[in-house]
Amino acid sequence: MTVRSFTRRLAGASFAALALMGLSCGPASAADLNALVWCDHSDPNLLKPFEDANGIKVNVKEFEGTGAGLAIVEQSQPGDWDVMVIDSIDVRRGVERGLFEPLADDQLPVADLFPEVKMDQFTVVDGKRYGITEKFGYNTIGFNKSKVDAKDMESLAALTDEKYKGRIAIYDYYLPVMGLAAMAIGKKTAELTEADLPAIKDVLLKMKANSKAVTDVVASQTALATGEVDILVGGGEWVTAGIAKENPDLDFSVPKEGAVLWSQSLAMFKDSQNKDMALKFIQYIMSPEGQARLATSSCYWGMPASTKAALTDEQKKTLRFAEQPDFLKRAQGYPAPSEDLDKKMQDVWTEMIQAQ
Amino acid sequence: MSVSTNTRVGWASVTPAVLWTLVFFAVPFMAMAVASLYPKGGDGLSLANYTQFFANPAYWRALTNSLEVTAIVTVVSVLLAYPFAWILAFVVPERWQRLALMLAVLPFWTSYVVRSYSWLLVLAEKGVINTTLVNAGLLAEPVQLANTRGAAVIGFVHFFVMLLTLTIYANLKQLSPNYAKAAADLGASPFQSFIHVILPLTLPGIMVGAFLTFVLAIGDYITPQILGGNNELLMPQLIMMQIGRRGDFASASALSIILMAVVTVAYLACAKWLKIERA
Repeated sequence: MTVRSFTRRLAGASFAALALMGLSCGPASAADLNALVWCDHSDPNLLKPFEDANGIKVNVKEFEGTGAGLAIVEQSQPGDWDVMVIDSIDVRRGVERGLFEPLADDQLPVADLFPEVKMDQFTVVDGKRYGITEKFGYNTIGFNKSKVDAKDMESLAALTDEKYKGRIAIYDYYLPVMGLAAMAIGKKTAELTEADLPAIKDVLLKMKANSKAVTDVVASQTALATGEVDILVGGGEWVTAGIAKENPDLDFSVPKEGAVLWSQSLAMFKDSQNKDMALKFIQYIMSPEGQARLATSSCYWGMPASTKAALTDEQKKTLRFAEQPDFLKRAQGYPAPSEDLDKKMQDVWTEMIQAQ
Repeated sequence: MSVSTNTRVGWASVTPAVLWTLVFFAVPFMAMAVASLYPKGGDGLSLANYTQFFANPAYWRALTNSLEVTAIVTVVSVLLAYPFAWILAFVVPERWQRLALMLAVLPFWTSYVVRSYSWLLVLAEKGVINTTLVNAGLLAEPVQLANTRGAAVIGFVHFFVMLLTLTIYANLKQLSPNYAKAAADLGASPFQSFIHVILPLTLPGIMVGAFLTFVLAIGDYITPQILGGNNELLMPQLIMMQIGRRGDFASASALSIILMAVVTVAYLACAKWLKIERA
């Protein structure tokens, strides 16, 4: 190990230490399943049936952001973790680091997935599948239909319209919101280059001028639910569906310009000591029952990747299941920028937040 | 006891503290400093992470925002805490002081995150303050209190007034009442006695509390993130942003080093008053 890599690891360890302390027992033992996940996988309603059926404990460690997740992995011992939830577009980042185990297509219900969310361009590397899409949804316009004109929400232009000044919050994640800004000016999210950034920045600044806050996941939900704002840029079913019963006026639209498709995947670690159980876990999550429970997790709802998810009619209605073919037709994938462009996009986002 | 025994005892006494500082401060700090010199995706040693900070106004602004917010919080907290500590020390009867102090530190018992979200609900458009003011006819419609710099300052002040109260109270209790009596004997009015005698003597307590407030506030991520509505970035938020998706520890390290440098300058500015022994 070079001095440079050692110091990088040590610095990373300093940042990751607090996060790791959250898992007080550490990855418990090889007999357990250790999962590095997003908050929707921590729902006991999702995990308990699997734990009961297999007589195993699933230890979950939540993280936000691929960078933070990969930092936790890098500061752990090989074999500490068995499975990981990761943005579909970032599966390759894990593969490049040699973290993931190939998954056999014939052991997974790949054929049941909505074709548009298979994301093979990101989850399959050199002909081998390293991740399977488990859940998806849209970063689009979330709104309170009793407070705004639903027709206005059919265009991204509404987000920069003076009519809604001070009634908007912006979801604090630069990739999807910059994707929406790009769509607003007719750009495709898959074809963004550095040359597009000034025009995207202009749109972002107009959105910021109209907005009341730039909010994280919890604050986004709170802002809409409490009426602090009427519109959430970047919102979607992940904000509105879970609280639809208490707030039936909350809804989302997929505007004529389109929406950004978010998608999360499950991957298995190459160094897992418990690969059989890890595969069983992935199979459970991808089963009709697992898909329904994941889609309606208490942390946030989202569309199941499988068309065969065992959702009730009411749940399907809340998720607008029947409209998915139309939504998917208009949706575009997350921007998947190069390292350099990613940094520049983040800097534009920083400038937008700092703008007064 | 021989000199060599004294030396051994001395070393034995300080070794745990030195080791602690080395392992948990010096080594991580050095690692962070070195990491900051190797930009993510770069070819090798470079000051790019530092030049980026000084070249990009949006980054630079995070520091000025942090300094402005922290200065406001520190000054407001001192102005509120001093009279509060004074009342506790000299007005509240001795037998009730312990209970009063316990009540004063009650906010420390709740989760920092929960407290911040509670303030968010209080300050929201349909929160307690706006609802009361609108119902009382003092406001025609709710005003934006949450998701502002003011909200972040309120959240900070709520926490740090308690901290400052404790440090100032401890200082006031150490003061002999003879100082005030002597000043009065020499013809000073109560106000002159306070300005020329009491206040200077309690300055060390104020400065210790103010310095702690400065250090804790300038490095805090939770309060500005939840209450500030992310309408402007402070340094801790900018640092976290580097890590979130991109995992850019080198850039985060450089920003952290800059933040530490600012704290060091603040320490040097206050060092005169931060001595343990009283002059």
